[in-house]
Amino acid sequence: MARSPVIGASVPRIEDRPLVRGRGRFVGDINFPRQLHMRIVRSPIAHGRLLGVDAAAARAMPGVVAIWTGADLEGVSPIDFREGPNEKLAPFRQPILARDTVRYVGEPVAAVFAEDAYLAEDAAETVTLDIEELPPILAADEAPGSFSPGHSTEATLCTQDYGDIADAFARAHAVVELDLKVGRHSGVPMETRGAVGRYDAARDALELHGAAKVPHKNREFIARMLGRPQVGIHCFEPHVGGGFGIRGELYPEDMLVLLAALRLDRPVKWIEDRREHLMAANHSRQQRHRIRAAVDVEGHLLGIENEFFHDQGAYVRTHGTRVADSTCGLLPGPYRLPAYRALGHFRLTNKTPAATYRSPARYETNFVRERLMDAIAVRLGLPPLEVRRRNLISSDEMPFARPLAALGEHVVYDSGDYAGLLDKSLAAFGWEEHCAGLAARRARGEKVGAAVAMFVEKSGLGPTDGVRVVVDVSGSVEVITGGASVGQGFETIIAQICAEELGVDYAQIRVTHGRTDRIEFGVGAHASRASVMTGNATAIAAAKVRAKAIDMAAELMQAPPDRLDIVAGCVVRTDQPDGPSIDLATVAKALVPAAKTRGGREPGLSADGWFDTAHQTYPYGLQIASVKVDEETGAIAIERLLIAYDIGRAINPMLVRGQIVGGFAQGLGGAIYEEFSYDERGEPLSVTFADYLIPTAAETPAIEVLLTEDAPSPCNPLGIKGAGEAGISAVGAVIASAVDQALGMDGLVVQLPLTPQRLKAAIERHRGITTR
Amino acid sequence: MSDRIDITLTINGERHDIRVEPRKTLADAIRDDCGWTGTHLGCEHGVCGACTVIVDGATVRSCLMFAVQADGASIRTVEGLAQGETLHPLQEAFIANHALQCGFCTPGFLMLAAGAIERNPRMSDAELIEVLSSNLCRCTGYENIVKAVRSAMNQMQA
Repeated sequence: MARSPVIGASVPRIEDRPLVRGRGRFVGDINFPRQLHMRIVRSPIAHGRLLGVDAAAARAMPGVVAIWTGADLEGVSPIDFREGPNEKLAPFRQPILARDTVRYVGEPVAAVFAEDAYLAEDAAETVTLDIEELPPILAADEAPGSFSPGHSTEATLCTQDYGDIADAFARAHAVVELDLKVGRHSGVPMETRGAVGRYDAARDALELHGAAKVPHKNREFIARMLGRPQVGIHCFEPHVGGGFGIRGELYPEDMLVLLAALRLDRPVKWIEDRREHLMAANHSRQQRHRIRAAVDVEGHLLGIENEFFHDQGAYVRTHGTRVADSTCGLLPGPYRLPAYRALGHFRLTNKTPAATYRSPARYETNFVRERLMDAIAVRLGLPPLEVRRRNLISSDEMPFARPLAALGEHVVYDSGDYAGLLDKSLAAFGWEEHCAGLAARRARGEKVGAAVAMFVEKSGLGPTDGVRVVVDVSGSVEVITGGASVGQGFETIIAQICAEELGVDYAQIRVTHGRTDRIEFGVGAHASRASVMTGNATAIAAAKVRAKAIDMAAELMQAPPDRLDIVAGCVVRTDQPDGPSIDLATVAKALVPAAKTRGGREPGLSADGWFDTAHQTYPYGLQIASVKVDEETGAIAIERLLIAYDIGRAINPMLVRGQIVGGFAQGLGGAIYEEFSYDERGEPLSVTFADYLIPTAAETPAIEVLLTEDAPSPCNPLGIKGAGEAGISAVGAVIASAVDQALGMDGLVVQLPLTPQRLKAAIERHRGITTR
Repeated sequence: MSDRIDITLTINGERHDIRVEPRKTLADAIRDDCGWTGTHLGCEHGVCGACTVIVDGATVRSCLMFAVQADGASIRTVEGLAQGETLHPLQEAFIANHALQCGFCTPGFLMLAAGAIERNPRMSDAELIEVLSSNLCRCTGYENIVKAVRSAMNQMQA
């Protein structure tokens, strides 16, 4: 009996059956006896002095158990930074409930705890806030103001540079300058946030149910903030209805349910409504870039100056300055760049705080950099693809180190053949014929055009992850990991890797994740790291279990170990296809602590596996879009869309494709439809799904995916690179380019999202300029 | 708001005699009073469709209906699709076509599609996309949802 490979197979997911039957267990489905429900009273004012909170009427309402304001949280730490204390940014942290000042509409000011969710909401509505309104700061690109006495709203400057930038501009054949804006949008998962806090006095354990993304990291910093030992805190990750970077970060509401569970001695449940979500969960993306490139006569980049204004919103949240730092470190993308200077103004405004959203800093910088490459092409009269080709880092320059940093690591592109992927993609798309067809249509008056945008992604941030693989005495396999699932198919991927190494059926493997009571450490699920880090750790642990099983079986079967293999959960002789075999249950029984057969071996058919990596890996790809624009309405129709991506090695191509297509739809939202906008008083205007427009099946085109495995990562034994962010990464970039092409208006698109109103205005402005 | 009303909901063939405030939504009654938590709430203002159920044959958004309006009605939720361990063709097709990732919107899409196929078992592609564009999914980009529903519809005709 031969083993057929499981890695690389598009097998169905092990997660799906309970989910299609309505048997999932999301945080809203979790209840405990005697639980209270929490409702947050939020600031209706963008910026003001909080003079008083009158909760007398609410306190008198039947079913109301407690109402807290900032004064009740004296001495409790504001929401801290995930990577540890940061003195410089500490003054800009968000208090759990506002104290003297409110800084955005939606900021938690009071918390109501009541017997049921309806009562809590009734009571919250009677709480009145006395706020003296102050002028809000709503633009990060205007002069900074005062955040608090002694602290400017420019919390810090993010800078990175290398090479002689002055010299690059001094000897430039041409200098191209652009002023570009990326709008404020975010992940907006279909499940809103939620949390249930519970104190288990019997075990002296404080529990957070509804944890997501980084349960272990969150346990660490809940412990730090509450001054409790980590072993007395447990996070439990249920089903999570989408993550996208924003869900699972530690928010004020998480701390409130925990504190209330301790103080009120009852479980406390909080489920956010959609309006709250759109004004209180992390926003992302909003940046304005003033970018200049120095180029030589052939269009080679000599230097880039990247000054940008990062609109952080009202507070610095758990990530600190990560998005702005990555904006500095990752902007150059796939191109050679001799000199570079980035200067990021990290500024606070009176809007919902911002943090990471799927492909953070890449969605923004891909738009900015690819717009710049287009502008260089226009200036030099070269085809846009030619300018890109002349600047692409070649495969023989790999690994390619750039003296920049991202996520605390030096940027080293591990492997890749960017030009090779471009050639393959153009061939797959039928680029030449397609462009000829578009030219003919344009000659007939149609506004159609196509463009290419290139990108480099990053994934698999280290430094380390550990996994435990256990085979019990029934032969059942459990993988216990501190990784997390946000719906991406994590369990299936991990099961496939374990199955491949161990020789068992992937569908029978149980993958336990997101539980701090089952494993001590874990990286969670962010920065497309789960497949790389947890996947490789799984392979290592499974290989150890396999070795142990074969060692034990060799003795039981009186066979040489090098003649044994594990196939479909049974140890078999490779030299005797019809010979004797024993199943893993028998091997596991022979290894229980009391078994004499165990001899001197460690008890249990189980092992821990740790994977360490010095560097993250950099997958890469490109997107090709062909669009048609309606000049009268400003509507953009995407006629064809190809995403090419080199993933190194795909564990499950069907799931990779799912990640890419799903990511694209989100990117399309940020490119055309989705925007958190505010009026002049800082009132948010996008607080329902009627105002914040997520693409539906009608707006989302069919996607062609070209998945290649040309450049396996040398950074990990499996050679894999992450899949999570490729689909979204360059959508804004490619649509902007294609719209310019369709209208024959160079440099038209300077701002995302390209809503119909904004596009119409841009067309009219462009016509005004060119007819003058 | 404390005046409660006695109502009867029959959910997936099971009778529930419950006492609810007039303002209680059907979604909350299904989930909290009757314990069928497969029906999800994504927006509570009738846009996302995660809470879609079938009430006396009509697909409705249970967040926009009061429980008292469904008094005496027969309601089908996602938990009622499978027959024992045998999945409904839509459920099979969602798995086979990778039409779900996080699975939060899935119950709403399944009930939306089930209702639509019952009304018109031979939807054209354009009709299918028209119907499916009434719910939101944030993970899949819809392509596989459309494929899955088309495949189940074809199979149900066979």
